[in-house]
Amino acid sequence: MNSPELSDRKEVDLSPEATAKAGVILSSLDWIYNWSRSNSVWPLQFGLACCAIEMIGTAGSRHDIARFGAEVFRPSPRQSDLMIVSGTVTKKMAPQVVRIYNQMPEPKYVIAMGACAISGGPFKQGYNVLKGIDRYIPVDVYLPGCPPRPEALLHSLMTLQEKIKRQKSLGRNITNPAYADGRRVYPVPELKGDDLVPPFNPDVWTPPTANPNVEDGCPKGRPAR
Amino acid sequence: MSPVQTMPPRGYHLSKDELGADILEVAMGPHHPSTHGVFRMDLKLDGETVVDLKPVFGYLHRNHEKIAEDISYPMSMPFTDRLDYLCGMTNNWAYALSAEKLIEIEVPERAEYLRVIVGELTRLVNHCLLIGFFINDLGALGTPLLYALREREKILDLFEVLSGARMMVNYIRFGGVRCDLPEGWLGECQRIVDAFPAFLDEYETLLTENEIIIARAQNVGVVTREEAIDFSLTGPMLRASGVNYDIRKVDRYGIYDRFDFKIPIGGHGDCYDRFMVRMLEMRESVKILKQAIRDLPDGNIMGKAPKIFRPAPGEAYGRIEAPKGELGFYLISDGTPIPYRFKVRPPSFVNLTALRHMCLGHKVADAVIILGSIDIVLGEVDR
Ligand code: SF4
Repeated sequence: MNSPELSDRKEVDLSPEATAKAGVILSSLDWIYNWSRSNSVWPLQFGLACCAIEMIGTAGSRHDIARFGAEVFRPSPRQSDLMIVSGTVTKKMAPQVVRIYNQMPEPKYVIAMGACAISGGPFKQGYNVLKGIDRYIPVDVYLPGCPPRPEALLHSLMTLQEKIKRQKSLGRNITNPAYADGRRVYPVPELKGDDLVPPFNPDVWTPPTANPNVEDGCPKGRPAR
Repeated sequence: MSPVQTMPPRGYHLSKDELGADILEVAMGPHHPSTHGVFRMDLKLDGETVVDLKPVFGYLHRNHEKIAEDISYPMSMPFTDRLDYLCGMTNNWAYALSAEKLIEIEVPERAEYLRVIVGELTRLVNHCLLIGFFINDLGALGTPLLYALREREKILDLFEVLSGARMMVNYIRFGGVRCDLPEGWLGECQRIVDAFPAFLDEYETLLTENEIIIARAQNVGVVTREEAIDFSLTGPMLRASGVNYDIRKVDRYGIYDRFDFKIPIGGHGDCYDRFMVRMLEMRESVKILKQAIRDLPDGNIMGKAPKIFRPAPGEAYGRIEAPKGELGFYLISDGTPIPYRFKVRPPSFVNLTALRHMCLGHKVADAVIILGSIDIVLGEVDR
């Protein structure tokens, strides 16, 4: 082992990009998984309201979501990885949304598109509007706007891809903390009387009572509707 | 035919009809790619034939009317954008029209012309997209819709320059419009309008004589003239059945009496006629747009609207010919700045009442295209 060549060996860059340039592919299983997952996200063809029209616009030729590998909109939840909650979720629709989410295979991701899906948006004071889909299912990327521009949807998709690339196949899954204890199916709320039961899923959402100035999502002193 | 029975909320099961044949009950929706939003059809099928249909909606009930009765009149304007979210401009216009009736505001001429221009551009956007979706339902996944989206983007760019938003424009105000045209807007608009017939020709070459469309859309979902009137259908649905009724001609609201345009009328009342009526309507809209751009006068864009909108007790109903049919707003004032009653008469909701009648006796696959030919937007159906 005292050959001269080995002793003046230089430090080698072992990053996947550098090795691929040299004609050698060295990689971890994680990297391959994440690379392929993040570049072929199949969204669910699932429109709820106005934002869905912008989602369709994003699939059009001008914005062309196919550049990011996400043009295959699947009508069936069994074949899709990404649920874009695009629009107002009402109390009548929320159980269906959670049920469809439960039917999607792992790994699955959620983008809450638009003010309505995040918090109820302009219709927050409505008696029939759910104040954010994150009360029942975990959301990976929040995309504000009313409606968000197609460019914004593309950006949220890129953000999601970044997130997927940081995923580990062993140990705690960073995309979705609730997976850690092996729970994959979320309880479906039921419409009883004039509200959903349970009002939220404590695994993914807690009421913001830690802030003394906020009560049930509204600033103090204003009646929560 | 037995009366409509209540069905189990989801899934499907078999029951027997009077003769012992199997009847399959299917719930189609609310998550279904062809229901144009969150809409459910409870179907009873004998083999593949629809023997009963019950539309179920309310999945997008966003309390539009109730919220509007809680806030002042001008504050409802942005909410109207979200009623029929493909045609923000015409929704604004209808609401402004009824409020102007309530308090009698004179609208300056330039503002009227601007309203016509943006209203007819909205009609182009809506009809293009609708035809794209309709062909999508027929099974041509994607391609025709991509052509439609391409044209839509051009018009949405105009809206964005004008109002700051692509879809939720919030442009029309009581007594006028919010802002004047930016520099160069009119030239750009002229360019797009002049190029539009070329797109329509391209679209028609692709579609109108396509054998599959003819085979699947002709004689499907027929509504006769009398039935159409009985169902109080409006818009292209009504005219496809051969009734010459267009509120632009009947009411001549705004300045529609100054333009020279024709109303396309269908002869059979089937899905193909509804599709063709919309095609032809786009050509007429292009005509109106050309005249409006040519005649656009200078002047004010806002009339003398009061600072605080507080109408005297009374009521008003304003209606316009929205791309989908008659869109009306019924307002009752009790003398306060907040409406006592705010009622929307949405065209797609009323047109939807004919769905069961049109689908009976057809196959399931036809029910999909009949629904597509009605042109519903759930934001407006459920409000
Ligand atoms: S966020 Fe705005 S555009 Fe999106 S669904 Fe809600 S109201 Fe419609």
